Amino acid sequence: MSTQTPHAPRAFVEDPDAPEYTVYGADWSEVVEEAKRLGQQRIVVNMGPQHPSTHGVLRVMLEIEGETVTETRAGIGYLHTGIEKNMEYRTWTQGVTFCTRMDYVASMTQELAYCLGIEKLLGITDDIPERASVLRVLMAELTRIGSHLVAVGTGGNELGATTIMTTAFVAREETFRVIEAITGLRTNNNYIRPGGVSQGLPEDGVAQIRAMIPKVKAKLDELMALQGANPILKLRLQNVAELNLSACMALGITGPMLRATGLPYDLRKSEPYCGYETYDFQVPTSTDQDAWARVMLRMEECYESLKIVAQCADRLEQLGDGPVMVADKKIAWPAQLTLGADGQGNSLDHIRHIMGESMEALIHHFKLVTEGFEVPAGQVYQAIEGPKGLLGVHLVSDGGTKPWRAHFRDPGFNNLQALGIMCEGGQVADVVVAIASIDMVLGGVDR
Amino acid sequence: MTDDKHLEALAPQGREPLTLINVREGMFGAKGDTSGYDGLVERVQMPGASERPYGEWFDGVVDILTELLGDAADQAIEYVVVDRGELTLYIQRDHLVDVCRHLRDDQDLRFEMCLGVSGVHYPSDTSRELHAVYPLQSITHNRRLRLEVAVPDADARIPSIVSVYPMNNWHERETWDFFGIVFDGHPSLARIEMPDDWQGHPQRKDYPLGGIPVEYKGAEIPSPDERRQYR
Repeated sequence: MSTQTPHAPRAFVEDPDAPEYTVYGADWSEVVEEAKRLGQQRIVVNMGPQHPSTHGVLRVMLEIEGETVTETRAGIGYLHTGIEKNMEYRTWTQGVTFCTRMDYVASMTQELAYCLGIEKLLGITDDIPERASVLRVLMAELTRIGSHLVAVGTGGNELGATTIMTTAFVAREETFRVIEAITGLRTNNNYIRPGGVSQGLPEDGVAQIRAMIPKVKAKLDELMALQGANPILKLRLQNVAELNLSACMALGITGPMLRATGLPYDLRKSEPYCGYETYDFQVPTSTDQDAWARVMLRMEECYESLKIVAQCADRLEQLGDGPVMVADKKIAWPAQLTLGADGQGNSLDHIRHIMGESMEALIHHFKLVTEGFEVPAGQVYQAIEGPKGLLGVHLVSDGGTKPWRAHFRDPGFNNLQALGIMCEGGQVADVVVAIASIDMVLGGVDR
Repeated sequence: MTDDKHLEALAPQGREPLTLINVREGMFGAKGDTSGYDGLVERVQMPGASERPYGEWFDGVVDILTELLGDAADQAIEYVVVDRGELTLYIQRDHLVDVCRHLRDDQDLRFEMCLGVSGVHYPSDTSRELHAVYPLQSITHNRRLRLEVAVPDADARIPSIVSVYPMNNWHERETWDFFGIVFDGHPSLARIEMPDDWQGHPQRKDYPLGGIPVEYKGAEIPSPDERRQYR
């Protein structure tokens, strides 16, 4: 039931005489009738915050004329948690637990960028054991698949195609099983650490990865079959939310949105990190520059990521056992943890050593964990190719054990600026498609 | 702490010191020092200006930019720093927009994208307290460099580069929101993350962390910035 509430708090329209309606759904006709009766020239619709189709808590303010959107503004900040500020009061290693919670759909992307940044500051980039780098690539790619599946799945769900969502989430679950077996956690993993990763593969790790690949591939095939020839989905996505190359360049858009305009810009190819130059994979592009192209690109990227995952499994098998953390004891936190019955990861050998054998080792462990390690003064910028685009980390060290400043350039934060240009002049219903095709996660946008 | 106690400035890699990041006193504690090292004062500096040759493609870019800026070059480019394989140009704020335009438009530079602006607060760096750091990305040449603009806290104004790099719109709003740097000429410099009526700029170093005291068994845990900690 819609009501006219003249005394409700005003948000978007400054004019105190403008009538405001609160709509609960299914009562639009009454609002339209009322607006018609008043001869209102300007209708402003507030979408969100807390709209299920906005990937977090996003507020979109739309000015509409009939079904056409004439002006769009995005209001963010509802998920701002001060992660960057908090990181300044924790050690460099503890910072991983914070940044993993930014874009919670692609946790390990932030961990990777942050740790690569620290390693550049420390000057130990070349000392990272190969096993650790392979595990990082493996995790980055599994995260990419998971993130793309959420983008595609929720994008379908928002249009009412629940099956696309459930299928995508089943596939994502398969990646989570492997991620959980290796890192101990499904999301917010705190797995990639400065100097390496927190633990190596479990005994049957390679077998688990290999068993997962066909399962995920089958689900991807199912998703392609479900979407690829679906006339309704095509009608909703094709030629909708278009953004061409020059608009992308003006707005600094990266990731699948940019590649959907035909520019094969992918940092894994242009500035390889973690040895990406040694993996065999393609960067899919399209020239359709619409929401449909972005969905198809994300699907293709999932297949490419699976190719990389398979190569990681081969390499891990070849490399066998070995360290997953730098040798420098001044930096290396205990790695090679084993998961106990209580779900906590401990390194039993390490505990035996510090508790039973060496007092000095205990002191060193205590200092390393409570005080942390010192990072020489200076600043670096590390950029990696996240699932959503270029993720940049600006780190400043004052030579101490905590970051002086840690700033994350979340691709979603930047890409969300394109919402206006993609929605204005289109239909109200296409706003949802545009938001889904940007694929931002507000936890990362607001940090 | 008196000035004569200050130790010699630490200048990494034997260069002239540039930005004073922090002055650390003592080694451990919340207020005052409990470690017995309370007389220790450490002035931490950023790596200082580099001398030619800078290496890699850095010399070429600086040469082209100097040529394009003409007479203004000496004034515009304060320092050139090469550290950890990254090039940083310290730019005088009045010339920032010109520098950006040259970097974007010249065919040998072609830094098409600005990856935002990251504010950094250095309270000890007198009259250069607030820094704005702009990473620029060239897709054509696959290069990245950093522009850094330092302004005094009392006059924290930097010209907006949104006219050159439209993508910096939200990033400049964020830096205004968190650091209080005013970007002159920005189309609508409103807060973006904090509520519109928020007081203060939370990521400045003098802004308290504002932890909520946790009470149990008569004890109270102070917020993280007021706890005993290593320095």
